[in-house]
Amino acid sequence: MTSHQRQVVSDPTSSEQRKVVSDPAFEYLLRLGDSPLILAQRLGEWVGHGPILEEDIAQTNVGLDLLGQARLWLSYAGEVEARFAPPGRSEDDLAFLRDSREFRNLLLVEQPNGNFAHSTARQFLFDAWHLPLLRALGRSRDARIAEIAAKAAKEAAYHVERSGDWVIRLGDGTDESHHKMQAAIDDLWTYTGEMFTADSMELQLVDAGVAADVRALEAPWWAQVEEVLGEATLTVPGASFMQQGGKRGLHTEHLGHLLSEMQVLARSHPGARW
Amino acid sequence: MTTAMREGESQMRVVRSESASRPTLADLWSAAAAVPDPEIPVLSVTDLGILRGIEWDPVDPDMVAVTVTPTYSGCPATEAINAALRDALATAGAPRVRVETRLSPPWTTDWITTEGRRKLADFGIAPPGARSAAPAVVDVSRLRRRDRASADRIACPRCGSAHTELVSQFGSTACKAHYRCLDCLEPFDYFKPH
Repeated sequence: MTSHQRQVVSDPTSSEQRKVVSDPAFEYLLRLGDSPLILAQRLGEWVGHGPILEEDIAQTNVGLDLLGQARLWLSYAGEVEARFAPPGRSEDDLAFLRDSREFRNLLLVEQPNGNFAHSTARQFLFDAWHLPLLRALGRSRDARIAEIAAKAAKEAAYHVERSGDWVIRLGDGTDESHHKMQAAIDDLWTYTGEMFTADSMELQLVDAGVAADVRALEAPWWAQVEEVLGEATLTVPGASFMQQGGKRGLHTEHLGHLLSEMQVLARSHPGARW
Repeated sequence: MTTAMREGESQMRVVRSESASRPTLADLWSAAAAVPDPEIPVLSVTDLGILRGIEWDPVDPDMVAVTVTPTYSGCPATEAINAALRDALATAGAPRVRVETRLSPPWTTDWITTEGRRKLADFGIAPPGARSAAPAVVDVSRLRRRDRASADRIACPRCGSAHTELVSQFGSTACKAHYRCLDCLEPFDYFKPH
């Protein structure tokens, strides 16, 4: 990271108007790492519950890739944090010892699993954004971001092929699977707009050549999603109100429940090793 | 194994290595080449192409630096491989070993050796084919069901038939896909081109 100046971020929703000292690079790395981390945890909830053994394993393997990516991003975030708030936190501390307001993941990925169609729709809407994001980040001026992204992009290419395949299979399947997939797309649509929003902090990093401009990903994402949903005989939802806040730490009620399960061991046995 | 036992072992190795002559890089490479991938034990780390370098540290004469490029970000075998490499090099006489992870350039199945590909096929895993040019995001034509059968012609590692079909994008590990032979009816893993 080239930009290390501290930035005071005011948090208008806090009753105390508390000031949080942060760093744009650190914040951005949390945004990159928290979405795959939280989605990996959601996919882990599927272990032993998949509709067929092969997909149980596949779902978990996707989660494993995302967890590995999250570890790379959060380890780097901890190193960057050490430059302005030494000694900085480890990847484990960042994953297990932050509360929901400190997480920067997209609202989309924290949504509950629902049925298989619901989890698949969530995966596809995310993957179709994640892959081009990673490809763009592969050109980051920050060499570490570029190398993590280049590696992760190869994995994300499988993810979107699998999730796109399942959207088509279920959408263009039986009446029942079509109905469930359409309901899932309609239900999750309100969380997709956030993927293409960038605040001034992120845009500064875009100008510095460090971050990817997510606004530029929106038109190709729409085209891609329209193509796959069309092949799946599904209807693309129209323009609608888009929820946002995850990237600033304002989450739906689901994240706290997810964290309580993900973090219970680390919080019950501080410093435990095995 | 307890920590105390592990420490005891490494001390014994250090004592032995001090009395032996310093191993050559060729000795260290052949020791490392015997380390298997824990999930596909017929392949060594050199067959797999993840062992990228072994060298003596220019500053610390007792330190051997090993460079490994992991396959997939979340591969759970990575830590086991690093530990096995440390052990193998210590046994070969390296006084101390440092394992470094290198992400770039990212690992690709193009680095699997010819020998590695033969071992995979003998083991019942179809070796990876050529990597296709990366599609924009999703190549929908590949996903159309009427085109699926002709999308990939992966030969069955048991009977050789190319009359096979994809069951799942992910097999027993992240690096493999699950296929089925439509002639001999056996399921098999395909090491995905990556």
